[in-house]
Amino acid sequence: MAIIELSHGSGGNKARNIIKDIFISRFSNPILNILDDSACVEGDLAFTTDSFVVEPVFFPGGDIGKLSVCGTVNDLAMKGAKPLYLSASFIIEEGFEMDDLGKIASSMAKTAKEAGVLIVTGDTKVVDRRGGLKPAPQIYITTAGIGKIPKDIDVSSKNATPGDAIILSGTIADHGVSIMNARNDFGFKGDLKSDCASLNGIVEAFLSKDVRVLRDPTRGGLAASLNEIAKTSKVSIVIEEDKIPVLPQVKAACDLLGLDPLHVANEGKFVAFVRQSSADKALKKIKTHKLGKNASILGFVEKGATGVSIKTRVGSLRPLGMLEGEQLPRIC
Amino acid sequence: MEVCGTHTVAISKNGLRSLLPPNIRLFSGPGCPVCVTPQAEIDASIELAKRPKTIITTFGDMIRVPGTRTSLEKEKAEGSDVRVVYSPLDCLDIAKKEPEKEIVFIGVGFETTSPAIAATVLKAKEEKAHNFSVIPAFKLIPPALQALTGAKDVRVDGFILPGHVSTIIGADAYGFLEIPGVIAGFEAEDILEAIRMIAKLIGARNRPPVQIQYKSVVKPEGNPAALKVLYEVFEPSDSNWRGIGTIKGSGLVFRDKYRDFDALKKFDVKMRSAKEPAGCSCGSILKGVKTPPECKLFGKKCTPEYPVGPCMVSSEGACSAYYKYGNN
Repeated sequence: MAIIELSHGSGGNKARNIIKDIFISRFSNPILNILDDSACVEGDLAFTTDSFVVEPVFFPGGDIGKLSVCGTVNDLAMKGAKPLYLSASFIIEEGFEMDDLGKIASSMAKTAKEAGVLIVTGDTKVVDRRGGLKPAPQIYITTAGIGKIPKDIDVSSKNATPGDAIILSGTIADHGVSIMNARNDFGFKGDLKSDCASLNGIVEAFLSKDVRVLRDPTRGGLAASLNEIAKTSKVSIVIEEDKIPVLPQVKAACDLLGLDPLHVANEGKFVAFVRQSSADKALKKIKTHKLGKNASILGFVEKGATGVSIKTRVGSLRPLGMLEGEQLPRIC
Repeated sequence: MEVCGTHTVAISKNGLRSLLPPNIRLFSGPGCPVCVTPQAEIDASIELAKRPKTIITTFGDMIRVPGTRTSLEKEKAEGSDVRVVYSPLDCLDIAKKEPEKEIVFIGVGFETTSPAIAATVLKAKEEKAHNFSVIPAFKLIPPALQALTGAKDVRVDGFILPGHVSTIIGADAYGFLEIPGVIAGFEAEDILEAIRMIAKLIGARNRPPVQIQYKSVVKPEGNPAALKVLYEVFEPSDSNWRGIGTIKGSGLVFRDKYRDFDALKKFDVKMRSAKEPAGCSCGSILKGVKTPPECKLFGKKCTPEYPVGPCMVSSEGACSAYYKYGNN
């Protein structure tokens, strides 16, 4: 009997297969089948939803409330849309502290205000405490959002074209490593903080008709996002390892745990595929925004077989695949 | 041959094979702890996971390794309490918080990890944590290398020796080696330098014993404090390596004084002989007789998503590294 295992939810091939075999096969329609971060409906509306189950609920750099607003705002922004309205649904286990719920709601309100969106509808369910592996009562939040796509903007994972420059907005793996550190109490002393942030402001700062693809590399990390884009656009992507910024404290934590930053989640970064002639201008605008100081051009879309390759620091070229299953710390 | 799985990953990740001249070929060795753990021990761990009121604790990779019929990951999804820990000391916290349950740690690993587990056992004894025990499935590197160099089908000209293991056991532990060995660090440059050092040593007259490239942390004598703790709790015994067979003195068992912490004795676990998966070449790959692409299941019937053998499961496994990073 086949059952769902944790690795089915990790953003790798197993997760893709569930989406394809269980959902797409039954829900199939031309809007869904594009599989962008947001669906494009009624011509110029972007529509998306996301669920948040992060543990711990409060972590350095954010909390589940901030994350639930940023996540959906970012999915809309990755379509080039201006986020407008959100819904918020809460599944709360009995025993959850009222004060904590208040803190989470305040954080959502603050984040929504900063991102310029209104939370206009919602739902609350309280369920039995499931106990078991996690003795502390849990909270799960689902947000959905709609936004308006400006005229002449066509941003989609299917638009990558040979020659496009690939811009990454900043350091990778901050979120995933910070959460692991908070969850497992590793006691890493460095400044490990989630990058959780709303990206609509920075996207608005450089968005033009020359921006072809936007993607926020959350689950599965930068490697998963680039592979999905390569597959959808049927192009070859070549990036340079040297150009990928990783904070020293994040790199050290990854080395210690045997994790590859390329596969670790981010919550406040994006990759943009921009027509080469406009790339320098776009990069300049991104770098002047406070969320884009460490931005760089990682590489280019090239002609060739569909896939992603990485030029290593020592001059070799190797394929960069997607993560298969949960990334687990190594033994030695 | 790079002995250590972390080296295998670093070589693949940096595409080092593609930078080497054709007369230098790299083979992966037996240095992936999950990979060399025999099927019978994995089956035994899974059996224990099904026991009521039992919490199985393990380092990450182990939970995905397929046993004969199932894996810890699948048992977890079915309701068994299987938890990934990052330090063996976490087990003692769990033991304190859930005194009505038995905490069983799967003790897999080489000399890098076993001292920390020995230290945990000492602490458990001191704290009288009677609900904590360990499945001793540890392996020792030097006896395995000795067995490999003596094997007829293994033709290796030099060893890139493990950096982390050597930090504990020291360079002197490899005094028996009859072919060149260099203890290397884990950056691309470290490994390339070690390969250059080995190439120079091959055929050299008055060849020095093992050389250390990873000088910042590896000393000739190793870490005597860690070794003292290790051998206070455990003693060497013959041990079965997947694909290689039984190697004299290559495993660790509990000394009598600490036998109460031996999960195999505590729960009277019987090792049932288990067949290796049909067609799987993990055994030959662990000996460096084959490279992963030479296995007929590689990338076809055996992928990280649906692994047949452990070398495809563990992130340190040679098959996983070749699959993920290519044959570069």
